[in-house]
Amino acid sequence: MNTLFYSLVLLAGILLVVAYLTWLERKFAGRMQSRIGPQRVGKPWGLLQPIADGAKLLVKEDIIPQATDKTAYNLAPIVVILATTLVFVTIPLGKSVVLVDLNVGVLFILAISSLALIGIFMAGWGSANKYAILSAMRGVNQLISYEIPLVLACLVPVILAGSMKLSSIVLAQSKVWFIFYPFLGQIAFLIFLVSALAEANRIPFDITEAESELIAGYTVEYSGMKFAFLWLAEYIHLLAVSLVGSILFLGGWNGPWLPSGLWLALKTLLLFLLILWIRWSLVRIRLDQILALSWKVLFPLSLATLILAGGWSFIF
Amino acid sequence: MFEQYFPIFVLVTVVTIMALGMLVLSHLLGRKKGTKRKLMPYECGIEPEEDARQRFPVKFYLVALMFIVFDIEVVFLYPWAVIYKQLALFGLIEMGIFILILMVGYVYILKKGALKWE
Repeated sequence: MNTLFYSLVLLAGILLVVAYLTWLERKFAGRMQSRIGPQRVGKPWGLLQPIADGAKLLVKEDIIPQATDKTAYNLAPIVVILATTLVFVTIPLGKSVVLVDLNVGVLFILAISSLALIGIFMAGWGSANKYAILSAMRGVNQLISYEIPLVLACLVPVILAGSMKLSSIVLAQSKVWFIFYPFLGQIAFLIFLVSALAEANRIPFDITEAESELIAGYTVEYSGMKFAFLWLAEYIHLLAVSLVGSILFLGGWNGPWLPSGLWLALKTLLLFLLILWIRWSLVRIRLDQILALSWKVLFPLSLATLILAGGWSFIF
Repeated sequence: MFEQYFPIFVLVTVVTIMALGMLVLSHLLGRKKGTKRKLMPYECGIEPEEDARQRFPVKFYLVALMFIVFDIEVVFLYPWAVIYKQLALFGLIEMGIFILILMVGYVYILKKGALKWE
């Protein structure tokens, strides 16, 4: 019963937070481009905008084009949202605020979050649209390429903490956060951030969406609530990435004075804002450049970091 | 033993019900008026030609093959990382050899030109 209650609260919380993250992004984007951003709906700062958007998408017509593969097309948004939300099962949101603290936590998160790529491919293939299929092919290529550096970068905290349990990893950082380990921490965090950006399809790696050439990529044929799910899943993924990043590298809920949950929330927000900042200042790079960065730079670099982490853990 | 995984199934159920419920709700609320043009694949207003699902360059599949090889090897590193502190020097040398073998494969695909996309 407790589990069910926590699951419901968790799901509602994720949806609410994510709705306001989209608001934050639009506001942030507006400010970056000398605009005001949303301001009409909800008097101070357009605070009701995400709710209005949700209501609008709910009553929009649900168009299912003739050529689509109905099963894959209809199932894809559910698969994507399931894969991105399920990660939160084992992510602690504060000291001992977690649904189940799995002893294979890191592995579980990496395994489940990469399932979203199946949903993305289902969406692209099921749409039977040239743009969507191109986008899905590119997306799969990019996601699997960055999976390896991401997995290797997440190994560094696992070695240093000697556990895959997220609470143990946070506990191991109670004195020094992993990002402050000389060279090792910074390089691992950088690899994590770059691969996480690629996994989340954000600029500079948003070749799957590429508005100017693929219209909107694999979401082209979607409308109404199904589109909303695909779009929400992206932000849920970003939220998860920021959370996991701050748990693995930025010391989780460790910090003086403030309560544990607040520290984690602050770090997550900071990381999210960093991702927004990157998105609105950089340009998109080509697919071959994306793949080259992963296979020729990040992969050898992350293996070297891993050996460095092994040596560090052996000496100290 | 499997008790600790039970909450995962609870969350799966909750999320699936929520997702299905909202999709059904939106299907009921939204207007349904499909015209012939609306149900066509969207290609910026141009009439679609040929089937959308066409053949793709083999490079895409090559990346997938490399991914399978390296990702499986990388997963082997996880159990090693967890008991690394117990293994001490043995673990470090063992993994050095493992990564060396991995690098031989990497250099091979590099020399074969599998990583050339231009």
